[in-house]
Amino acid sequence: MTCLHLLLTLVFAVSLGTPVEIQRPRGVPLTKKQFYEESKPFTCLDGSRTIPFDRVNDDYCDCKDGSDEPGTAACPNGSFHCTNAGYRPMFIPSSRINDGICDCCDTTDEYNSGAKCENTCKELGRKEREVLQKMAEITKEGFLLKQQLIEEAKKGQQEKQSKVTDMQENKKQLDEKVEALRTVKETAEQPEKEAKERHLKAWEEQKAAIRLEKDKAKMAETFLELDDNEDGFVSVSELQSHAELDPDADGTLTEIEAQGLMGGAEQVDTSTFESVWPKIKDKYHSEAEEPAPVETPPDEVKEPVVDNDSEPYPEDDISEEEDEDDEDEDDYHEDDDKVMCLCVVQAQPTIKTPEKTHEDEEAMPPYDADTQALIDAAQKARDDFEEAEKALREMDDQIRNIEKELSFDFGPDAEFTYLYSQCYELTTSEYIYRLCPFNRVSQKPKYGGSETNLGTWGSWSGPENNKYLLMKYEQGTGCWQGPNRSTTVKLTCGKETVVTSTSEPSRCEYLMEFTTPAVCQEPANIDPSPHDHVEL
Amino acid sequence: CDMSEVLRQRELKPGQSPYRALLDTLELSNSRLSLQLINDNNKVRLLLELYRLQGNMTRVKINELKPLKPRYEVPDVLLSHPITEALSVVAQDENSLVVSLGGKDQRLILSAQPFRLDIVEGSQVLMSLNSRGLLAFEHLRTRKDTISHKISSTVGSMWDSLKKDDDKPGMWEETFKSHTDSKPNGPTSISLDFSLPGVEHVYGIPEHADTLKLKNTDGSDPYRLYNLDVFQYELHNPMALYGAVPVLISHSTDRTMGIFWLNAAETWVDISSNTTMFGKILDFVQVSSEAPQTDVRWMSESGIIDVFIMLGPKPADVFTQYASLTGTQSFPPLSALAYHQCRWNYNDQEDVKTVDQGFDEHDIPYDFIWLDIEHADGKRYFTWDPSKFPQPKEMLQGLMDKRRKLVAIVDPHIKVDSGYKIHNEIRSKNFYVKNKDGGDYEGWCWPGNAGYPDFTNPEMRTWWASQFAYDQYEGSMENQYIWNDMNEPSVFNGPEVTMHKDALHGVWEHRDVHNLYGLYVQKATADGLIQRSEGVQRPFVLTRAFFAGSQRYGAVWTGDNAAEWGHLKISIPMCLSLGLVGISFCGADVGGFFKHPSAELLVRWYQAGAYQPFFRAHAHIDTPRREPWLFGPENTALIREAIRQRYALLPYWYQLFYNAHRTGQPVMRPLWVEYPDDFATFSIEDEYLIGKDLLVHPVTDEGATGVTAYLPGKGEVWYDVHTFQKHDGDQSLYIPVTMSSIPVFQRGGSIICRKDRVRRSSSCMENDPYTLYVALGSQGSAEGELYIDDFHTFSFEEAKQFVHRRLSFSANTLSSRNLAPDSQFSTASWIEKIVIFGGSQPSSATLKSADGTESALEFEFDSTLAVLTLRKPGVNAAADWTIVLR
Repeated sequence: MTCLHLLLTLVFAVSLGTPVEIQRPRGVPLTKKQFYEESKPFTCLDGSRTIPFDRVNDDYCDCKDGSDEPGTAACPNGSFHCTNAGYRPMFIPSSRINDGICDCCDTTDEYNSGAKCENTCKELGRKEREVLQKMAEITKEGFLLKQQLIEEAKKGQQEKQSKVTDMQENKKQLDEKVEALRTVKETAEQPEKEAKERHLKAWEEQKAAIRLEKDKAKMAETFLELDDNEDGFVSVSELQSHAELDPDADGTLTEIEAQGLMGGAEQVDTSTFESVWPKIKDKYHSEAEEPAPVETPPDEVKEPVVDNDSEPYPEDDISEEEDEDDEDEDDYHEDDDKVMCLCVVQAQPTIKTPEKTHEDEEAMPPYDADTQALIDAAQKARDDFEEAEKALREMDDQIRNIEKELSFDFGPDAEFTYLYSQCYELTTSEYIYRLCPFNRVSQKPKYGGSETNLGTWGSWSGPENNKYLLMKYEQGTGCWQGPNRSTTVKLTCGKETVVTSTSEPSRCEYLMEFTTPAVCQEPANIDPSPHDHVEL
Repeated sequence: CDMSEVLRQRELKPGQSPYRALLDTLELSNSRLSLQLINDNNKVRLLLELYRLQGNMTRVKINELKPLKPRYEVPDVLLSHPITEALSVVAQDENSLVVSLGGKDQRLILSAQPFRLDIVEGSQVLMSLNSRGLLAFEHLRTRKDTISHKISSTVGSMWDSLKKDDDKPGMWEETFKSHTDSKPNGPTSISLDFSLPGVEHVYGIPEHADTLKLKNTDGSDPYRLYNLDVFQYELHNPMALYGAVPVLISHSTDRTMGIFWLNAAETWVDISSNTTMFGKILDFVQVSSEAPQTDVRWMSESGIIDVFIMLGPKPADVFTQYASLTGTQSFPPLSALAYHQCRWNYNDQEDVKTVDQGFDEHDIPYDFIWLDIEHADGKRYFTWDPSKFPQPKEMLQGLMDKRRKLVAIVDPHIKVDSGYKIHNEIRSKNFYVKNKDGGDYEGWCWPGNAGYPDFTNPEMRTWWASQFAYDQYEGSMENQYIWNDMNEPSVFNGPEVTMHKDALHGVWEHRDVHNLYGLYVQKATADGLIQRSEGVQRPFVLTRAFFAGSQRYGAVWTGDNAAEWGHLKISIPMCLSLGLVGISFCGADVGGFFKHPSAELLVRWYQAGAYQPFFRAHAHIDTPRREPWLFGPENTALIREAIRQRYALLPYWYQLFYNAHRTGQPVMRPLWVEYPDDFATFSIEDEYLIGKDLLVHPVTDEGATGVTAYLPGKGEVWYDVHTFQKHDGDQSLYIPVTMSSIPVFQRGGSIICRKDRVRRSSSCMENDPYTLYVALGSQGSAEGELYIDDFHTFSFEEAKQFVHRRLSFSANTLSSRNLAPDSQFSTASWIEKIVIFGGSQPSSATLKSADGTESALEFEFDSTLAVLTLRKPGVNAAADWTIVLR
């Protein structure tokens, strides 16, 4: 069973191409070679016990730390080292030794499983170097671009900073101006107010005089009307012809009642009538006028009729889809009723209140020239003030916007500034995805349909050592029975700024890949040129 | 809610049966006894047939003597025609008949008026039929009136008695919500009661999300068996779920028995228990007036009464008896017993690749990744979404390179789409289920409008199977297996989300065949997987719907559960119930399908799932991702450890499945199955046995700091498999737990083989060596088995290519001996280590090989725990050998 070669001769290629033979047990990295000496008993690397050397790699686990079986799968916690000459060395869990799957490109992990592995290290190495080279080029160019971005951002930032400073200075002046104009306005408004009040008072007095005149005229007219025999007196009987004056409203104006109205006198002359007039003037109907019209009841407000036949969701249709849950079905109908009620309210015609006309109220006479002049002056002061105030508000908005922009974390060197207020799109077979950095991510169906918010700017959320590798957009449109949509944007170094892919790895959690020079790291000194740093 | 017309039968109260046996119609051939029964109220005659079946079973069949047309008798569930044994009449008088049931003093007493059957052994009544007079048989009749009775009924309220046979509302047409059941055959239901004197515990009749021990249903709904796609099912409810096995097991310290009610229509089971005196008994039968009793009543909507009474007497006998009728668990390929990673849905090929790499990056083994409905092109099964899975073979090859496999879903609803080959062929071959008017039945399911192939038609099944051929199912490869979901069948716009009962399968109504549909889907699919490999490879097919006999075709899972502690807990009694009625390959969605589990719940579920037969994590599409490494490094480590424990024990699981396949004994067992005399075990459902040698008490409570496990067996001992600590049997043991604890005990007296070198898939472990864990019993001996074959083909059966060995330890000698001398198989696996619990320190250990050579073995002895470890015997696992300790 355990016909394993204890020792393996490794041919190790170093850069000069001279083969060097280094003997050590299978699976042991060069750095630990000194612990495995064939001539001595082996002590487990954790020091837990010492065993004869022939029990190293004998396919039985003796050490708790697995160190006696670096080249077999015997220990559950062991690890196997493959040299992978031509590519890069690596450790694999020892459970992958002889499991029929080629893990090491130098095939050393499958020495007894029958798996047909080919040594692919050279090919992998070549490919890796190609990729690395390509990456290095991209990184190099990207890093240059990044420097420009940083420059621009710095410049832009300074500009904005100084603009804000300027604006804040201007704002101060504007503030003063607004205050000055407020004083002007208030000063102009005081005389205006007084003049307007005077004018109004005069007008009220005039109206009272007119009303008194009218009443007197009406009284005289009435006297003449009542004085049927034109003897210059209104008698009890003459008054009785006006049944509407009946004080107890029993339909007849008795002699006694009429006498009562006339202050106990049998008849009154024009001067005495002055004391009778106030008692009757409200009820009195002039004989010249048409009899008072019988009041017709106002038009009945018609209740809107609910049309049962045209219910939006007939019950039958619903119950055919609802199979499981009676309660749910009932809820559904309750909701329907609510909807119906809303419809009724909306359909109800508004009842117009009859407008009251004040025919006797005549229009106020125009202001006199002096008053008008005061009003005009005050209006101008008001307009000036409002204009200045508006300008101040606009200024405030502008300052706020710039300050908001300046408050974003655009990276340690502000290299992400250029992304602000830009949007980048990616079209897939179904959707157009749109990333507006520091603002929001959205998705729109390619062939019509409304846009879905996949999240608004939340924060940088990369790993601790570089949080600027991931952006998190949160609180997008809610998902049915699920969370609000959110998007993680993964940034990688590239010469261009583009969205390269989108996916939805978990329901309503999107992942977007985005390349930008802003994350390109300073390239390792592959081609050390003394000028590089000077140029930067 | 009583929604079934069948429940009218429940209105029938116990009392004198209207049925009378006509003893003068008795006919007795060698193995068949028949006579007529008459209903004295309506004079309708029934035909009773009795058979004595090999293996201590009695079959009772009741049908109409002269039905207007044939009534449905369930085909394809019984393995073959059961073998009968001779019957003889040993006594007869004017009102009774005594029939000998063969040996063991067992007799069947038939009383004529009122008709009843009593099965007795000696002076003990084992079981009585119609002792409560609840036999009912609605005979087929012609409709009297076609207009006035077209009144829909509210169900369950109409049946006052069987005395009046007048038409009643609901007899000829029923409505449920907006659905109308035309019921062209009128009322056809059947019912029969069984009394079990001395019995307090009955089990089985899955599938219900309920306790292991069946509850008394007085005052509640009966247990319902009607395969349904239930959305977010409730726990501790007798409602019907996805599958139905009409088998009830009774158990008492005296005897274990089973009742198999072979009927595929909607079925209800009432259980009532009491301790009142057993009713009228013939003079020579004595029953204590103190005896407890359980009464069971079966009701079905159509078909005939066809009951198999399995008389035990031991639990293992009942399993053997039932297996002889419906077959045993199919023997799955080993990888199917390993860990399965599923989600609705892995989005695309890239996603599959990333998840696959994730397992390697986190050094967690897995064997199968699963693709749910989104993988197909517009839910057209047998196809691939061209943008998400453009190169399925490339994906499958990538998995094969890692020695891993994939399962893709194939549901039985077929999109109605003239551009879809599968649909066009089924339509042109006239293979769809028909609606009552003869057109193709159509309903709504995942793809929208869908047709339902008539899987009851053998020609249809043959055609379906042929669709899995590699040249038919484009993009499929040999490491792709199949999952049948929605096969109740689920019809979104049908009554109770299933098919209309008046739909037609040939001449039979869907009403008659409903609970069989899912079994046929899985059978046809499994046949397809066998055929595509020309009979070489064992299939693996998972199904949601099932019936008696489904164990022959693959695995089942407990459907759409939820990420809740209650659902984790209930997974144990649900799978135990299935195991009792033949279906051993059972599991629940690890983590819970609906909702998002907490890290604690997920870890506990992995720990529990690692010790259940079918071990698959699954999640709803609307839940956040939950691959094992997404909950922080600590939880990743806990999940990794749970899965590794599963992989190490795969040899034991495999041997138990081989045993289940050969003998019908369940893999996952309630404690009472192995300790039938220990009353304390009868209601235990929070722990169970795997085989007979491992006892598992998973932690299923949030924030648990300990569990109390009952260790059965007076005079026995148990060993904690993690700490090697020894505990006495016949005690309740409090075990403190941490998040890493999975309380598992090995029975003293057992030997369990493990492969402790866990690799990234079970296939990678094929040739790895075994470690033997020998747990000595109180007598200082132990026994176990080791089974090895190629792990994936039928060669074990067809060419006897396997290794089956008995390992035994007694008198300080451990030996391996061949249990199947006519088998042959060579394995590269060897014996790496032997760990003996409960022994003493020897002075020497000598290995004697088959060729007579002897060699000394090194060993270590831990005296505090009394654990002896023998270093590297190195013998081949298939060889004879002996180790002697001195």
